[in-house]
Amino acid sequence: MKVLMFGWEFPPVNSGGLGTACYGLTKGLSRKNIEVTLVLPDYPEDLKAEFVKIISSNNIKLKKISTILMPYMSSSNYSQTINKRNARIYGNTLFHEINRYAEAAKKIAMEEEFDIIHCHDWMTFKAGINAKAIKKKPLVVHVHATEFDRTGGNGVNDHVYHVEKEGMENADAVIAVSNYTKNTITRHYGISPEKIRVVHNAVEFEHKIDDKSKIKKINKVVLFLGRITLQKGPDYFVYAAKKVLQHEKNARFVIAGNGDMEPFIIEKAAEMGIADKVLFAGFVQGEDLERAYKMADVYVMPSVSEPFGITPLEAMSNNVPVIISRQSGVSEVIRHCLLVDFWDIDDISSKIISVLRYMPLKESLSENGFGEVKKFNWDIPAQKCVEVYNEVLAA
Amino acid sequence: MVSICFYFQVHQPFRLRKYSIFDIGSSNDYFDDEKNRQVMQKVAKKCYLPANKAVLDLINETDGKFRVSYSITGMALEQFGLYAPEVLDSFKQLAKTKCIEFLDETYHHSLSFLYSKEEFKEQVKMHNRAIKNLFSFSPKIFRNTELIYNNELANFVEKLGYKGILAEGADHILQWKSPNFIYKPKTAKNIKLLLKNYRLSDDIAFRFSEKSWKEFPLTAPKFASWVNAINGNGNVANLFMDYETFGEHQWEDKGIFSFLRHLPHEILKHPDNDFLTLSEAISRYKAVGELDVHNLISWADVERDLSAWLGNKMQQEAIKEIYMMETAVKNSKDNELLDKWRKLQISDHFYYMCTKWFNDGDVHKYFNPYDSPYESFIAFMNIINDMKMRVNADLKTSSMVQ
Repeated sequence: MKVLMFGWEFPPVNSGGLGTACYGLTKGLSRKNIEVTLVLPDYPEDLKAEFVKIISSNNIKLKKISTILMPYMSSSNYSQTINKRNARIYGNTLFHEINRYAEAAKKIAMEEEFDIIHCHDWMTFKAGINAKAIKKKPLVVHVHATEFDRTGGNGVNDHVYHVEKEGMENADAVIAVSNYTKNTITRHYGISPEKIRVVHNAVEFEHKIDDKSKIKKINKVVLFLGRITLQKGPDYFVYAAKKVLQHEKNARFVIAGNGDMEPFIIEKAAEMGIADKVLFAGFVQGEDLERAYKMADVYVMPSVSEPFGITPLEAMSNNVPVIISRQSGVSEVIRHCLLVDFWDIDDISSKIISVLRYMPLKESLSENGFGEVKKFNWDIPAQKCVEVYNEVLAA
Repeated sequence: MVSICFYFQVHQPFRLRKYSIFDIGSSNDYFDDEKNRQVMQKVAKKCYLPANKAVLDLINETDGKFRVSYSITGMALEQFGLYAPEVLDSFKQLAKTKCIEFLDETYHHSLSFLYSKEEFKEQVKMHNRAIKNLFSFSPKIFRNTELIYNNELANFVEKLGYKGILAEGADHILQWKSPNFIYKPKTAKNIKLLLKNYRLSDDIAFRFSEKSWKEFPLTAPKFASWVNAINGNGNVANLFMDYETFGEHQWEDKGIFSFLRHLPHEILKHPDNDFLTLSEAISRYKAVGELDVHNLISWADVERDLSAWLGNKMQQEAIKEIYMMETAVKNSKDNELLDKWRKLQISDHFYYMCTKWFNDGDVHKYFNPYDSPYESFIAFMNIINDMKMRVNADLKTSSMVQ
């Protein structure tokens, strides 16, 4: 079976879980002898070598479209990026750019041989629809996040919403990363639940840092790792930090990531008088990412709306206990964690303190969590995708 | 001749509320009264009242041939008093028939034997007194929490004056022997040991509504025929189970009460069968041999060990903390504190912290009022920390008074 896959970000050039999921799934599919032609935005030349190394499989072919598309980009920071990379000529707006990407996809669809089209999130949906129109092959759209997750339901961008909806409507099947996301899709996009298949993400780990090289520290570290955007609930994290610090003076709060809420969060921390206890690590990846997890005593994901959420699994694989939002897809697949409602600052801080204080709790969560997450691998979601392919091909 | 010995365990824990870390030092309100009331009233309606009615009717219908033994924890007795006094009345009515025997156990359904013999003894005494007061009955048979048992316990309980003790008829203990006889614990003098026939007991308690079981549906004549088969190679059929089997674990609409109402009549159709209370059984039948149980056993899970309560670090830590406070709590002379401390010993609190079966989400989950074992550990430890502060404050005040 040959799959024409439209993606957008891919490690090492990625800013979130989306790229990680796309990478894992591609790898899982290639192990099942599925041939994948992966269409991606262009990469800077110096990252190409590393990219090729990651992809090392004969089943995966790479096609590039020259664009600077980044999946979590809003229209405003898109123009900023354009200014930075003025060496090339691109469209003036994000939406214009998406259309250009979709146009380029037509050419690729004509040249390539494939049985099925698989698209990841809204930016590639138009490309998928075009490819379907040209080759009359079934389209599967994979929803990793919706506009409702990204905005928390307030200020939904109408254009993005319509692109998402159009993609789902034109698709022969919709893959949702969780039941949580499936509900969002049926409720807000009016897609029939029969058309939606839930395929939970997985994780696979290659630990580069020796486990024995534990980072020495005097303070207890509470980690937030993710984009600093409304969706991820960084504000709830700092409110909880304030409350925790009233009881655990020794705690330090590390925020790893970047995003449009960063100035607000920095100001908030200062305003609450805890600026010296909340540390900003910036966007981390590779070995730094692993280091960030390894120095943490507890990982908190207070997302307002999290379609899946791979980071808790990464934390668990680094033996870190996790406290995660009930409003998440990942909470459907793990048991050895503590669940919270993102708005419940008392409960979040109470649980943070409990993990910091009660050693048997911390150890049990980390040991059992590690055992649980070890069982995950991308072969399972890849297999489920193959089942979806077969289903739509048979229809 | 086969004597059928029914023993039903009646217990309801005082569940803890979701006690937060921020409650420490500001609230000594540890128990979820609302939840406890709801559960008690629900189980009273679904199980205790209809089951007691069925047992009473059966005693009357069989002219007292039907006999049953009960062990009711102090925790259940207290909650009957608080939330369902009609259940207490129905047990008193049963007691009057003289076809009922009450057993003793730790008042708090605790694991105290493993941690403090002194505390264990006090709780057994408390239970004995409660049964005497409520039912004018002086128990002679002892059953330990969750049928936790070994030689040492048998010796200890014998010294307390009991004539019989119960244990699980676990395969690894019995080996080629049968649970359908009375035994004597190896190191004890006279006390007799009654073993649960777990196959027959679990056919009712666990498998009754199990559609994938090859014997489904279980009918009274079918079960009676299995009991009859013991004739010639056993004296007793010890059917030990939670009383909540009737109507709570196995539902009325699956026919459990109809089964209960028919079974004694089916069993009595065979002229060689009868029903005995446990005391009657040990006075009629001699011990056929000795049983040597050095390591602790219980009636839980397939392992029949203590791992459901003490298998992980959280459970071990929590229980260690409790018994470390014993001297301080008792020295404080604060009766309210002592009562709360004892209620924290209820074995269920530790069971809720079990992570053993957590992945499979089975029976442990069904009985767990918390979202997860971790949540139950957090609430418990927060309470322990609050209690520690109060004990210390009490001790300070009392030394100031002196």
